[in-house]
Amino acid sequence: MRRSPLLALYAAFVFAFIYLPIVVLVLYSFNRDGVGGFPPRHFTLRWYTELFADSAIWDSLLNSLMVAGASVALSLALGLLAALALDRTDFPGKTLFRRLVLLPLILPGIITGLSLLMFAVFAGVQLSLITVLLGHATALVSVATTELFAGLQKLDRVQEEASLDLGATPWQTFWRVTLPNLRLSLIAAGLLIFTLSTDEIAVTFFLIGRDNTLPLEIWARLRRGITPEINAISALILVVSVGLIVIWYHLRARSLGSGSQELL
Amino acid sequence: MYSRAYKSLVSIPPIAWVGAFLLLPYALMFVHSLWAVREGVIVHQWNWENYKTLFTNALYAEVLLRTMRIAASVTLCSILLGYPLAYYLAFHAGARKELLYQLVIVPLWVSYLVRGYAWKTILGSDGVLNGFLQYLHLTHEPVGFFLYSPFAVVLMLTHIYTPFVFLPIYAALEHIPRPLLEASEDLGAGSVQTFWRVILPLSMPGLLAGATFAFVLSLGDFLAPLLVGGPSGTMIANVVQSLFGAAFDWPLGAAISVGILVITISLLFLSELLEKRWAFK
Repeated sequence: MRRSPLLALYAAFVFAFIYLPIVVLVLYSFNRDGVGGFPPRHFTLRWYTELFADSAIWDSLLNSLMVAGASVALSLALGLLAALALDRTDFPGKTLFRRLVLLPLILPGIITGLSLLMFAVFAGVQLSLITVLLGHATALVSVATTELFAGLQKLDRVQEEASLDLGATPWQTFWRVTLPNLRLSLIAAGLLIFTLSTDEIAVTFFLIGRDNTLPLEIWARLRRGITPEINAISALILVVSVGLIVIWYHLRARSLGSGSQELL
Repeated sequence: MYSRAYKSLVSIPPIAWVGAFLLLPYALMFVHSLWAVREGVIVHQWNWENYKTLFTNALYAEVLLRTMRIAASVTLCSILLGYPLAYYLAFHAGARKELLYQLVIVPLWVSYLVRGYAWKTILGSDGVLNGFLQYLHLTHEPVGFFLYSPFAVVLMLTHIYTPFVFLPIYAALEHIPRPLLEASEDLGAGSVQTFWRVILPLSMPGLLAGATFAFVLSLGDFLAPLLVGGPSGTMIANVVQSLFGAAFDWPLGAAISVGILVITISLLFLSELLEKRWAFK
């Protein structure tokens, strides 16, 4: 390792670019005089008290939590099967299948959202939190698949072979060997999917019915003009998502080894 | 070692899901793009008119060009920020590497909306930046052009995608066998030469992956223009969104979406080909 002060300075600048907006946002959530201006002068908790009294926000949070919980369950179940299929089976069109499963990961959300909107209209389904859930699951199965596939690749097959040799059925082997060994990967992937689902907006935008999710509720308010109350809810979202992501990161490092920096 | 029943049990449900919720919706999108709207109703009248409109009406070419320009700027800026950062972490960060790596990864997954909103409060005419400039007496009245401009869109999207670009580049740099660098130095190359002739070529696949990611996701973004872009920052996905909303012309909107989908998939394909060419053997 050689010293390179210029490069270090540049790296510090990039970190400042990444973090400064976030810091500003949180700082101004405590500013009595609103979202702008400089410097922030009078400390207040008023925006947080207003937020806690705002029932529309809490209703939308509840909706988001329900959608996220169901998205986690659905994406993990399908992602686990998809990862097992990619890891252990061969079938015609497997490469195409892999590409399609992973496509929503890199596809702009508007495409996933609109194509599912047309599907809902085609199927005669009313837009509701259910369609939002289907959108999230479709987008996030890709995340579950990559994460769980990485977990499966790290798994020692010998234990499964031993279990089968010792007379356990494939079903028993799956529940008592494969799944427990994948536990950390499953929890980590679940946390990531939960965070992404509660934050999702591009796909949700086109599939939302009458009940708003939290990001959509915030979005609707942004159109009416901004208040520090939005800073307050944003600050809380930040704290919770950062917490979940940090836990995800550590679980993932434990299950995959800390050297895994592949994208997803 | 796995039975046939096991194999079909694990592969059939996800294949069915992909068919129902990805393939079928994409097919429906294509089918819609061949229909038309007459007097406010979608009629199933097969035609190529929507695609003809896209190619002949200069308005769409103009928006698409602007979108490409914005996406290219975002990609370039993200590389200019992300590559040196990855380089620093991979070769110079020493013991702080792991912590710094986490500091880049965490915001990557944290709320798009929250981060976009932060820029809105910073760039607005009575926002934090203007307040700051006036506080320093650098300006005396609010500067209006920070917010609601293509510049604001590029800034916000660069903020979002820099960690995405950083990640594959960092992975590529970490995978470069260190003896290669020593060999380069032993053979008399300076650090600049080593960078251009060893490190950069070997990190090309990561660079390409990150650039593709940033470009494709910026290309289809419609939220940043709505949040900070204003009319002069309108992008192609905003046109789609309004065609599916107030302007009510789903078939034309579907045609543009098919276009975005085709561009995206072609770029992914191209980048994969190039990555293979550059891959370290």
